[in-house]
Amino acid sequence: MVYLTRKAEFSASHYYHNPDFTPEENLRIFGKCNNPNGHGHNYTLEVTVKGEVDPRSGFVVDLKQLKEVMNREVLDAMDHRFLNKEVPEFLDRIPTTENIAIAVWQRLVTKLQSAKLHRVRVYETPDLFVDFYGEA
Amino acid sequence: MKAHLSRRYLFSASHRLHSEAMSVQENQQTYGKCNNPYGHGHNYTIEVTVSGPVDEQTGMVCNLTDLDGFMEREVLARFDHENLNTLKKFTEEVPTTENLCIQIYEIVQRGFPLAHLERVRLEETMMNSFEYSGAAEPVF
Repeated sequence: MVYLTRKAEFSASHYYHNPDFTPEENLRIFGKCNNPNGHGHNYTLEVTVKGEVDPRSGFVVDLKQLKEVMNREVLDAMDHRFLNKEVPEFLDRIPTTENIAIAVWQRLVTKLQSAKLHRVRVYETPDLFVDFYGEA
Repeated sequence: MKAHLSRRYLFSASHRLHSEAMSVQENQQTYGKCNNPYGHGHNYTIEVTVSGPVDEQTGMVCNLTDLDGFMEREVLARFDHENLNTLKKFTEEVPTTENLCIQIYEIVQRGFPLAHLERVRLEETMMNSFEYSGAAEPVF
């Protein structure tokens, strides 16, 4: 088994707010992230796939295809967007880094051809990142 | 759904690698420059990974404010701008980055109940790092 990781970057804005909480609870739990006008990050996405090396091509996965799938399914939807308002998953779910990693996984998992999705890592900043390995 | 959250923290400290169980020559052979009796220092980076179900209400594994507060009080306040050899733990064992990594893991494991500790990774320089996951096999 060989693991291959491809990176991508996207920039987006978001804010954290749960309509079930009072304004005071929202502010206490989410702090600065609760500002309703939003704020932004440069996110780095790392997608790791696994599989056996194809003896004919020497590839685990065709990187061009992986790049195209990542661009189409994730970056086109999230890059330079206000996640709360423009990405369907976040209309009723808070766009925390945890939920972004889960959304990216769900967008990619059925779209990959030869290799199997192993991990989605989303960096919100260089000092904060989330890994998601699927629902199992 | 379970996710892993990782956070990085910086601190600076000095140390000297020297074992009372070894002769002067053995210490020099084993630790080389790190055996300099006056000590030397590093900018360390701690990477803490915790895991747990993503809370439906908050979208979080745990609130970062709680993790940051804990790490500041219990880890950074203890090690930042200190000479590690003067700390009680390291009067008994050599303050290698291996031992420091295990100690930080144990502090978080014992004291932070709000998420499951997966791993502590400690970078001594940009070129070397150490990871400890307790008894568990690390997930990568």
